Amino acid sequence: MDKLLSARNVTKRFGGLVAVNDLTVEIDPGQIYAVIGPNGAGKTTFFNVITGFYKLDEGIVEFDGRPINGLSTDIITRLGIARTYQNIRLFSNMTALENILVGQHPKLKTFWAEAVWKSKRFQEEEAQAHEEANRLLSFVGLRGQGDTLARNLPYGAQRRLEIARAIASDPKLLLLDEPTAGMNPNETAEMTEFIRDLRNELGITILMIEHDMRVVMGISEEITVMDFGQKIAEGNPNEIQGNPAVIEAYLGRGAASGLGDRSSESEPAG
Amino acid sequence: MQEKTFNWRNAANYGLIGSVIMLYFSMIGMVEVFSTRDLIGDFFNMGHMLLYGGAIGVMLFAAKRITDHGGNFWLSTLIIGALSPVLPILLVILSLNFNLRPIFINVSPPLNELITLGLEPAAAGLVVFFIVTLVLVALTAAFTRLPGKIRSPLTTTIVYVLSIAIFSELIIQILNNPLIFGGFRLASLFFTGKSLDLIPAVVLFIGFFGLFYWRGNREPKAAAAPKTRPRLDPRRQWIQLGLIVIGLAVAPWILGLFLSQALFEVGRFVLMGLGLNIVVGYAGLLDLGYVAFFAFGAYVMGVMTTETTLNMGGGVVNFWLAIPIAVVVSVLFGVLLGFPVLRLRGDYLAIVTLGFGEIIRLLALSDWLAPLIGGAQGILKIPNPVLFGIDFNSPQLMYYLIVIGALIVGFVSIRLRDSRLGRQWMAMREDEDVAEAMGINLVQTKLLAFAIGAGFSGLAGAIFAARLGTIFPHSFSLLISINALALIIVGGLGSIPGVIVGAIALVGLPELLREFTEYRLLMYGILLIVMMLIRPEGFLPAEVFKRELHAGEEQPEFSGAVAD
Amino acid sequence: MFKNRLRQTTWVDVLLILAQITVLIVVGIGVFNTIRTGSYSNAQWGTLVFAGLAQGSIYALIALGYTLVYGILLMINFAHGEVYMAGAFSAVFLAHFFDRSGFLESRPLAAVLILMVFSAGISTGIALLLERIAYRPLRNAPRLIPLITAIGASFTLQYTFRGLYGTQFRAYPTIDWLNQTWSIFGFTVPRVQPVVFVSALALMFALYFYVERTKTGKAMRAVSEDKDVARLMGINIDKVIVSTFALGGALAGAAGIFNGLFRPAGVWYYMGFFPGIKAFTAAVLGGIGSIPGAMVGGLLLGLIESLGPNLILEGLGIPGANQLKDAIAFMILVMILIFRPQGIFGERLADKKA
Repeated sequence: MDKLLSARNVTKRFGGLVAVNDLTVEIDPGQIYAVIGPNGAGKTTFFNVITGFYKLDEGIVEFDGRPINGLSTDIITRLGIARTYQNIRLFSNMTALENILVGQHPKLKTFWAEAVWKSKRFQEEEAQAHEEANRLLSFVGLRGQGDTLARNLPYGAQRRLEIARAIASDPKLLLLDEPTAGMNPNETAEMTEFIRDLRNELGITILMIEHDMRVVMGISEEITVMDFGQKIAEGNPNEIQGNPAVIEAYLGRGAASGLGDRSSESEPAG
Repeated sequence: MQEKTFNWRNAANYGLIGSVIMLYFSMIGMVEVFSTRDLIGDFFNMGHMLLYGGAIGVMLFAAKRITDHGGNFWLSTLIIGALSPVLPILLVILSLNFNLRPIFINVSPPLNELITLGLEPAAAGLVVFFIVTLVLVALTAAFTRLPGKIRSPLTTTIVYVLSIAIFSELIIQILNNPLIFGGFRLASLFFTGKSLDLIPAVVLFIGFFGLFYWRGNREPKAAAAPKTRPRLDPRRQWIQLGLIVIGLAVAPWILGLFLSQALFEVGRFVLMGLGLNIVVGYAGLLDLGYVAFFAFGAYVMGVMTTETTLNMGGGVVNFWLAIPIAVVVSVLFGVLLGFPVLRLRGDYLAIVTLGFGEIIRLLALSDWLAPLIGGAQGILKIPNPVLFGIDFNSPQLMYYLIVIGALIVGFVSIRLRDSRLGRQWMAMREDEDVAEAMGINLVQTKLLAFAIGAGFSGLAGAIFAARLGTIFPHSFSLLISINALALIIVGGLGSIPGVIVGAIALVGLPELLREFTEYRLLMYGILLIVMMLIRPEGFLPAEVFKRELHAGEEQPEFSGAVAD
Repeated sequence: MFKNRLRQTTWVDVLLILAQITVLIVVGIGVFNTIRTGSYSNAQWGTLVFAGLAQGSIYALIALGYTLVYGILLMINFAHGEVYMAGAFSAVFLAHFFDRSGFLESRPLAAVLILMVFSAGISTGIALLLERIAYRPLRNAPRLIPLITAIGASFTLQYTFRGLYGTQFRAYPTIDWLNQTWSIFGFTVPRVQPVVFVSALALMFALYFYVERTKTGKAMRAVSEDKDVARLMGINIDKVIVSTFALGGALAGAAGIFNGLFRPAGVWYYMGFFPGIKAFTAAVLGGIGSIPGAMVGGLLLGLIESLGPNLILEGLGIPGANQLKDAIAFMILVMILIFRPQGIFGERLADKKA
C-alpha cells in the first residue's frame, strides 16, 4: 500500500543536541496517527521538519510519493500538508473569516492585480472563497462570528478556528500539535469527536502530537512513541499500552502524567 | 498598589514635572519664537499658550489621578500650581544676574520679558507670573470638576476658538477671497494682522458655547434611537463622493496661490504615505529608506525631460511619457533593493533600508555620478507638463495633478487591501512563519509590497520634480522618509483616511505656522514618542481596531453561539 | 549530505551568493588597481591606518552602548548617537572655560579627565531619561513600537540641543602637546591619535572586566541570557537595565571628548547621527550583543572607512572617492546584515533575530 507520508531516517541537530535522531514514521492515507512522548522528546521539531520550517540534516521525507525535504514551507503547504500549532498561532488582529481566507490561499488562482479592476474571475473567486470560508466557520461551530477578531475569541474557539484555517487549503495531511492542550474534559471530548469527523467526513489524514492518553488511545490507529529524539516504540494503542519501554520512558522521568492524566506543560519548540 | 493614596509627594512630583516642561520650552527657545504669533488681541500669543500649557497639561493629567487615588484635590492643586512656576522664575533670576547666552542662546531678554509679562521691575513681574500660573492651574482643576454637561461643550468651544486663532491665516484667506465674498475684505472684521480681536473672540466663544451646550442637551433624545446606523445607500455615497470631488476641485481657488503650495505638499505626502502605508501598514516592513524611490522618480523625470548626458542630450521626452517610465524604474528599484533585505526582519530591516536611502543620496551628491545626474548642482530646468496646450505652470494646476495621482493610488490601495494580496500582506505582518505555513510565498509577497510602495513613491517624486523644476540631492534626505513614516503612524498604520489626516496634520498645518519651521522636527519627535506611549494605533485607526471595538460591543449577543 | 544541502538552496540564496561574489570581485579589482598603480606611499597609508584606528576606537566606544542595550533588551537604541552628541556638545562649553582660565594649558590631563567625567555625566543622564520616558513604558510592546519611539527620541534630542545651544559648530580648544607628533614604526603620527586609541582601549577593557567580574556585570549577563530566569534568581531587572543604559551613556560621553580632541573641527546638534549609525554598523559587524565584537567591529570599521575610499574606490576609477566615505560605511552595514547578520563574534543571533 502506498504511504501518504513517509519520513525515513530523519535526523535534525541543533549544534550538539540531536533533537530528532534517525526517526522513521510512515502513515497510510486515511489514518489517524499519533506521536507521543515526554516533553522535549523532539515531537514538535519533527513537525517542523515535515513542514520544511527546519531543514533536516539527514534522511528523507516523502509525501504522496515524492520527496519534499528541502522544499520551502509554502510549497509543502501547497502540496497538501497543513498544520496547527501547540500554542495557538492565529493572525490575531485579523477576523476569523480573514484567517480562513488566508488559509485558502493555496487554492486561489487569480492574478493579484486583477483585484484592481475587479475582473469577473476575481469577483467569482472571492465570492466562492467567502462562501466556503463561512461554510468552514459553521463546520467548526463558529457560525456568525466571522467578523470577530481572532484574538477576541474564546480559547476553545481559537483552537477550532486554527483547525478551520488549516483545512481551508484542502490538505491531504493535517498535522495537529496538541489539539486538546489547555482544554477541560468536556472540550477535550468534543475535540476528539471533531478530529474523528475531520477524517471520516472530509477524508483528511491526521498526524497529531498529543499528551492526553485518553484522546490518543481513543482515536488513533497507530502510535509512535518518541524519547530523546528517538523512536522507542511503534504500534496500535493496545501494543503501546503494554510496552515496557514506553512505561519506563514516562515513569522513569517522573512524569506520571504519561499514563492517563493529561500534562498541561508545554514543550519548548527546540 | 492601586490603593495607595495620592499624597503631597505625588503632587510635588507633578508640580516639578510641570515646572520642567515650562523650563524646557523656555530654554530651547520655543516660547520666545512662538510669542511672535499673537492669538487673541495683542496680549495672548502662542508663546503664552506653550508656556502655561505645560502646567495646565500636567494639571489635566494629574486631576484624574488625584480623584482616582483619593488625594486631597485642592491641596494637591495648590502644590502643583505653586511649584510649576518655580523653575522658570529661577531661570529669570539667574539670567538677570549672569549672562547665560554664550551657552544657552535662547535664554534672552525677550524670554525674561515674556515670563515677567513685561512688567518692571522684574521681581514684580515674577510675582505676577507666579500668581497667573497658580490661578490658571486652579482654573484648570476647577474645570475638571465641572459637570460633564458643561465641561464637554466648554472643551469643544475652547478647542474651536483656539483653532480659529491659531490657523487664522487659512480663515483670513477664505474670508478675503474675492471669488466668494466679492471684494469685501471680511477678515478685517475679525482679525488684526493674524491675531483674532478680543471682541470677536468673546462673541465666538459665547456663540460656540451656546451652540454646543444646546446640542449637548438635545442629544440624549437622539441617542435613544437605535444605535446601529442604517447602511449607507449607494446614492448617498455618490453624493458624498461628489461633494468631496467638488471640495478638492475648488480648494486651491479658495485658498489662494500661497496655500495651494501647501496643498500640493499635502498631496505629495499623501501619495508617498499611501505607498509607505502598503509597505509598513499592510506588510509590516519598516522601511526607513523610502525616500530613495521618491528620488528615483524625481531623477528619472529630471533626466528624461532635460538635456543630459544620460539621454545623449537628445531624447527629451515629455512629462506624460516620463511619468510611466519613472514609475516603472522605481518599481524595478523597489524589487532590486527589496531583494537583499528579504531575509531581514523588524529593526534590522529598518536600519538597512535607512542605509540604502543614505547610499542613494550620497551617490546622487557624488562627483562620480555628477556627469549623469548633476551631482550637488542637481538637475535644473525640468519643464512643466503640458496637456492640450495648457501649461501646468501654476501651483493650482499641479495640485490637480497630484490629487488625481492620489485618487488613483488610493483606489488601487483599497482594491489591493481587500483582495487576496492584502490578506497575504496582513498575514505576513501578523506572523511571518505562520503565513508561510499557509502557503504564502514570502519572497513574492514582500517584493510586491516593496515594488508597489516604490511605484507610488516614484510617482510622487516625478510629479514633485516637474512641479519644482529643479531637483537637488538634499531634497531627498532621511527627513522625508521620517516625515512620511510619522504621518502614517500618526494617522494610523494601515488606514487610508489616516494617511490623509496625517498628511494634513503633519504637512499641511505646519505650512500655516511657517514661523515655527525650525521646531517642526522637534514636534514630530515628541509627537512620535507621545503617540507610541498613549495611542499607538493612531488617530484614525485602520478597520481592524474599529472592528475590535465593534466586536466588544456585540460580544454578549453571540456568547450563546460560543458555547455550542 | 551534500545532496540535501543542494536541494535546500533556493533561488534567493543563489542570487545572494552571486551578489556576494560580485562584491568581492569588484573590491578585489579596486584594491589590485590601487596597489598596482602605487599612487600612495607607505607613509600615506600609515597615516590613514593611524587615523582609522583612532576614529575606529571612538566608534567602538559608541558601539558598546548599542551592543549592551541590544544584549539585554533586544532593541536598537536608535537615539544612542544623540546620547553621544549630548555629552560632546555640552562639554565644549566647559572645555572653553578651561581653555580661557588656562587650566587646559597648565594641567591638560586633569582638565581632559574632568571634561570626560562631565561629558559622560551628561550623556548618562540623557540615556537614563531616554530609558525612563521612551523605552520603559513600552518594554512589552511589539518590537516596532520602541523603534519608532527611538526614532522620535532621536529627533527630539537633536532639536532640543539645537534649541539649547544653537545651530552653529563649536570647536573644541586644541591642546598643544597633543598636536605634536610622535614617530611610531617610522611613521610620523600626531600624538592625539595613539593617545585616543590607547585611552579608548583602556576604557573598553575596563568595561569588559566590569561586565565579566563585578556583581552588576554578572547580573547584566544573566539578564541578557534569560530575563525570566534572572528575575526568578532575584535579580532586579529594572536596575540592570538602568545600569546598562548608564554604562552605554558614559562610554558614549567619553567618546564625545575623544572626538573633540581628535577632530577639533567642531560639534553641533547633528553630530550624533552619522557616528550613531556607523557605531551601530560596527556593533553589527562585530556581532551585536557581543562586547569584544563591538570593539573589533569599531576598529575594523574605522580602518575600512579610512582606507576604503583610497584603496577600493580610487582603484575602480571613481572620482571624488572621499565623498563616498559615508556610503562605504553604509555599504558595509548592508552587506553584513545581508550576508552574515550574526557578525564576526555573534553566534546566538540566529534564534534571536526574529
